[in-house]
Order: sequence, then structure tokens, then C-alpha cells
Amino acid sequence: MAEDYIRLTTPLSDEDVERLKIGDRVLLNGVIYTGRDAAHKRMVEALDKGEDLPFDVRGQVIYFVGPTPAKPGKPIGSAGPTTSYRMDPYSPKLIALGLKGMIGKGGRSQEVIDACVKYKCVYFGAIGGAGALLAKQIKKAEVIAYEDLGPEAVRRLEVEDFPVIVVNDVYGNDLEKEGRNQYEVKE
Amino acid sequence: MREVNVSEVTEAVKKLCMDANYYLPEDVYNALQEAVQKERSPVGRFVLEQILRNADIAREEQVPICQDCGLAVIFMEIGQDVKFVGGDLKEAIYEGVRQGYKEGYLRKSTCHPFTRANVGDNTPPVVHYDIVPGDKVRIVLAPKGGGSENMSRVMMLKPADGLEGVKDYVVQRCSECGGNPCPPVIVGVGVGGTFERSAFLAKKALLRPLGRPNPDLELAAAEQEMLERINKLGMGPMGWGGTVYALAVHFEMEPCHIASLPCAVNINCHAARHKEVTI
Ligand code: SF4
Repeated sequence: MAEDYIRLTTPLSDEDVERLKIGDRVLLNGVIYTGRDAAHKRMVEALDKGEDLPFDVRGQVIYFVGPTPAKPGKPIGSAGPTTSYRMDPYSPKLIALGLKGMIGKGGRSQEVIDACVKYKCVYFGAIGGAGALLAKQIKKAEVIAYEDLGPEAVRRLEVEDFPVIVVNDVYGNDLEKEGRNQYEVKE
Repeated sequence: MREVNVSEVTEAVKKLCMDANYYLPEDVYNALQEAVQKERSPVGRFVLEQILRNADIAREEQVPICQDCGLAVIFMEIGQDVKFVGGDLKEAIYEGVRQGYKEGYLRKSTCHPFTRANVGDNTPPVVHYDIVPGDKVRIVLAPKGGGSENMSRVMMLKPADGLEGVKDYVVQRCSECGGNPCPPVIVGVGVGGTFERSAFLAKKALLRPLGRPNPDLELAAAEQEMLERINKLGMGPMGWGGTVYALAVHFEMEPCHIASLPCAVNINCHAARHKEVTI
């Protein structure tokens, strides 16, 4: 697996995500948005009612995270990924609208993997439990919607070289499956 | 009787909330360092190194190791010769959690089960009280994150399943978890008692210092066997493939009902946080 990083700046295009294969290490730059359980529920409810989303998801990346409160003088507190499968019921709808990337940890459902292939979206993994380290790559954070949800509010983040790894690419590959096959000791 | 003012408990709990979230225990840190040597996947080694670096940053800057600062799980061992004065003990513990999570810039993660409205101060904690001989109060606080707790299970096995059934169940459970609980994980196994007692034993098992096997040789051998079988699955750090998925398996056992074989698996992530103090 390559030690080199691929640097990408959001918003992402189809060409950007088509370049990526599972196991690729990527450094993300630019603006990404946060959203986890409660925010996803509200976003999809808004869509069902024909209302606008808090931000235009086309070309964007959503980071599944609920950060700790920022200490004075810092843009954000610790901010590592949360487990992604809880967003599985909602993600395909956002992917169909043009979402290009998601960042989380753990595996995704077949529906999400299929939507990633159909609409060209990539699922990135970040290192779970490395919230203090990952926060260093977040330069600015601003709540843009659902403030009442506290840690679960939607935030607009400006990131510099935010490190992620491609877990599901637009070709239907899955790093969890492949990685496991490679290292499984069969008896 | 020795008098202990409950305000001391509030102070202690407050400090434990912060310290537990900022400082990864040394045994966990050492186990992660050993894991870097053992891990065969380059991506896996990279993950482990980043996790260690994360712990260093958290310690140096006094920021939470993980954004999920958990539900506060508290074990209170109260000496039978202690008399609490100055107020309501339970409220004093809650107040310590409130202050610790607020002043420590920790994330508040308790919510209404259905509306999901955040309680706002991370109460209530989960408190286990135990009365022990003596006149001391020992408080152990272990923040428990949702990601790994969600992967935990209680299974009422059949007595005929025996030790082999327990081992198979634990390995199978880990196999289903993949990257969800932030591996490398620590696996707590509790067998015995009733439904809820097995879960308690599994949680207690997570507090045992890493690398210290169960004193019972048969259980120690089972721990070792389960650890090897789990790591042979190839899931590795973060579930991205590799040879270190679990750092340890800790197995605790007690007698159970003649009709039952309760088996609990409590998964802890690498952010295996706990701190204790004795008053
Ligand atoms: S499982 Fe543990 S390390 Fe992972 S996000 Fe939750 S608390 Fe943090």
C-alpha cells in the first residue's frame, strides 16, 4: 500500500473520487461539514418535506463527528470520527443528491456501498479515538445549523491536510473486507 | 466510624472525570507500543503510531483523548466503617460529574432515549456501589464510549455449550464487530451469575491491568486462546486489515444458576480510560 498521500481540496468532482482506490491515504483540504445521528435524521426529514438542507451537499464531504467543546483560544475540541453504520439509513439519500465523500469509522451497509458506486461517492475512514490529533488539522469551526443539538449540531470546518484513508471507493471495493482477507490466518 | 464529607467525593469525581479523559493509562500505552512491534500490516502500524501520538498530545495539552468522553461509569467501594456527612452521596457524585464534564471541556453525551435531546451535563452517571471492610472509599471512574459499548452483548448460552461455547461466542462476536469499536480493542468476558451480573463481570474485567492474566490457569489459557483466535481473523487496527485487533481478553467468572450459562462480552476501545482514587 502506498506510503504517499494524495492531496485533495473540496469540493470534490467525479474525477477526484474516480482516482481513489481503497487503501489510498488522502489529505483533505478546504471546507467539510459535520453531521452525526440527530443531524442526519433532521436533514433527511427536511428533504422528505421538500425543505432545503443547511448546506448544498453537491461535491461536499460530511464528517461524522461530535466534537468536545473548544478550549479557549482553540477552534474546536477533540474531533475524531464516530461509528458510521448508524448513518447508513440516511446516507444514500444524500449521496443521490451529489455528496462526494463521507468520513467515519467502521463498515457501511451494502446500500451505502451501492450508492457510492452509482453516484460516485467515497467513504473515507479516519482513525477512531484519535480526536486530539485530528483536531490539529481543523483550523476553523462554525456551527451553521441545529445549534440546539449541541455536540451534534452541523458545523462548517476548514481543514488542512486532514488525514483519511479510502475505505469504500467508487468501484465497490471495501478495505475492511480486503484487509481482512489479506491478513486472516486460516487453519 | 470515619466521617467523610460528601463534598470530598464531589471534588474527587470531578478530578477523575478530567484526568481519565486526558491521560491514557500506562498499561494501555505500553500495550499499544508492543502492538506496533507485533503488527504486520503497514497501515495497521501507522494507525497504532497515530493512536500513541494522539495519547501524547492529549496528555501534553490536557485535552480529551477521544471526543467521545463517554458515560461516566463509576465503581464506589465504600468501607463499612465510613459514615458520609454533609449531604446526599448520590447527588454529590452527580455534581462531580457535572463539574468535571463542564470545567474539563468534555463532551456531554447523555440524552433522552427517544427524543435524543441532550441532558446537557452528562448526568446520570452509571454508579456501582459495593460495601467492603475498612474505613476508606475507593472510587474508580471509567468513561465508556458509545462506539465500543454498542458492540457489546449478553448471550444466555446453554449449559451444554460449556467453555468451548463461550470461546466460540466471544470470537464470533469480535468477528462481527469489524472496525466499529475502534480496534485495537480490549475484550471483557463475564460468565456466571444472572443476566445483569454477567454484564457487570465483563465490565469489571475491562478494569484489570492489561497483560495480567486471570489467576485461574484454565481461565488464563482460555484468555490466551481467544486472543489468538481473534487476532487471526485479520481485522487489525481500525478494522483495515492486520494482525492486532485485540490487545487482551480478560475473562471473569462466577457460579451461575444450574439452568443457565450467562455470557457477556463487553468491548472496550483502545481509549481504555480509567482512573481511581482512594479517600
Ligand atoms: S469507541 Fe472509544 S475510541 Fe472510538 S470513538 Fe468511541 S470512545 Fe472514542
